[in-house]
Amino acid sequence: MATDHIVKSYDEHIALLTRKILEMGGMVEQQIARAIEALVNRSVDQANQVIEQDDQIDRMEEEIDQFAIRLLATRQPMAGDLRLIAMAMKISNDLERIGDYATNIAKRCERLAQEQPIKPLYAIPRMAQIAQAMIKDILDAYVERDADKAITVWHRDDEVDDMFTSLFRELLTYMMEDARNISACIDLIFVAKNLERIGDHTTNIAEKIHYIIHGERINRMPSSV
Amino acid sequence: MVTRNVSLWYGEKQALFEVSLDVAERQVTALIGPSGCGKSTFLRCLNRMNDVIEGVRIEGEIRLDGEDVYDRSVDVVQLRARVGMVFQKPNPFPKSIYENVAYGPRIHGLAAGKADMDDVVEASLRGAGLFEEVKDRLEAPGNSLSGGQQQRLCIARAIAVSPEVILMDEPCSALDPIATAHIEELIDELRRNFTIVIVTHNMQQAARVSQSTAFFHLGKLIEYDDTDRIFTNPKESMTQDYITGRFG
Repeated sequence: MATDHIVKSYDEHIALLTRKILEMGGMVEQQIARAIEALVNRSVDQANQVIEQDDQIDRMEEEIDQFAIRLLATRQPMAGDLRLIAMAMKISNDLERIGDYATNIAKRCERLAQEQPIKPLYAIPRMAQIAQAMIKDILDAYVERDADKAITVWHRDDEVDDMFTSLFRELLTYMMEDARNISACIDLIFVAKNLERIGDHTTNIAEKIHYIIHGERINRMPSSV
Repeated sequence: MVTRNVSLWYGEKQALFEVSLDVAERQVTALIGPSGCGKSTFLRCLNRMNDVIEGVRIEGEIRLDGEDVYDRSVDVVQLRARVGMVFQKPNPFPKSIYENVAYGPRIHGLAAGKADMDDVVEASLRGAGLFEEVKDRLEAPGNSLSGGQQQRLCIARAIAVSPEVILMDEPCSALDPIATAHIEELIDELRRNFTIVIVTHNMQQAARVSQSTAFFHLGKLIEYDDTDRIFTNPKESMTQDYITGRFG
């Protein structure tokens, strides 16, 4: 997709679509960071800010969909352009879901702030960091149209899944040790589950980037990388 | 139909370079490419419409059911009955609607008597989706119809002689969107009984009506594949550049 279109405004509109996705991705990334910060700081105010911000992400998704539909109607895109525009609609949907998970985490913060702090909280920010880094890298892969980078992110999801599994086991032992931990631990399991789902949606985006570039799905049987 | 290494020269100028392409039976094959890429020239090779142009030289092989269409023994009139053609601008004969359709079957002796001919005309007009619109005025001149109807009349004329293959050279480029939709609907019907090769400048049309698409550039066949593949994920970057509007 190196050369330009004959119609210049077509290139401008495709660039604008890419920018909108990046902008939305940046907002989503920040939402996760803020939700985790609220969790660590036990700050209901910060959590509420995250919850309020979610509307804007929803609006962004609508805006991207409408813009993409207009491009489909007016440009009748083919081949690589068609894949790019169709996938923008799907990627914005994944980003919107990721935004919802960040909001879910913020909602848990409100309850957790009432509970006794639980020891392994450090594992959750660590997991969030990886999820955030995945989103950052996937946005880079998207803007650079770099399928290899997307595949690297795709494989990183295993790390998030492993962390979820070990965190789950750890929280289970806390609950068995002391029944008073149960409420907080369940909230933390949900937080971890939300982060794990964020990782899944990020791999979805990786698959879409691969499709934009190569016109084919990533082979779902991951090679030993 | 099968073509092997078909090259064509208009005088000194080579217009086709070793084009090898298999046209699948009872399918629509679309030929696309920028103006002057050789797609219409190639189309006209298939029923020897280029023969009438002075200074044309053709090499290579074009076979219809295994038979070389350029063999000396081939009767060109018979060939064109087997491989019919529809042109860009509707070109009905300056005769009645009925006569436009009856002409071919008559010269080829395909109808025995008036009643038989009436049946052929009706079936052909029905096949072209025109009968209901013209059944009460079959004696009206063919060119009194609208552009889209005239084009369907030309299609009726082509199918009246029961061809195997129908060649269409930009059949919708002179028509409005509604008339175009009628023709596209008709193409979809026709492919049950006929093999169709269509040249079109409208890429969305090629994507809609055809099952295979061939992309030509500067007289060469660049890429030939399933239509779905060509328009979503072509192999050649030149095809991609053309269909996405990056050069032309």
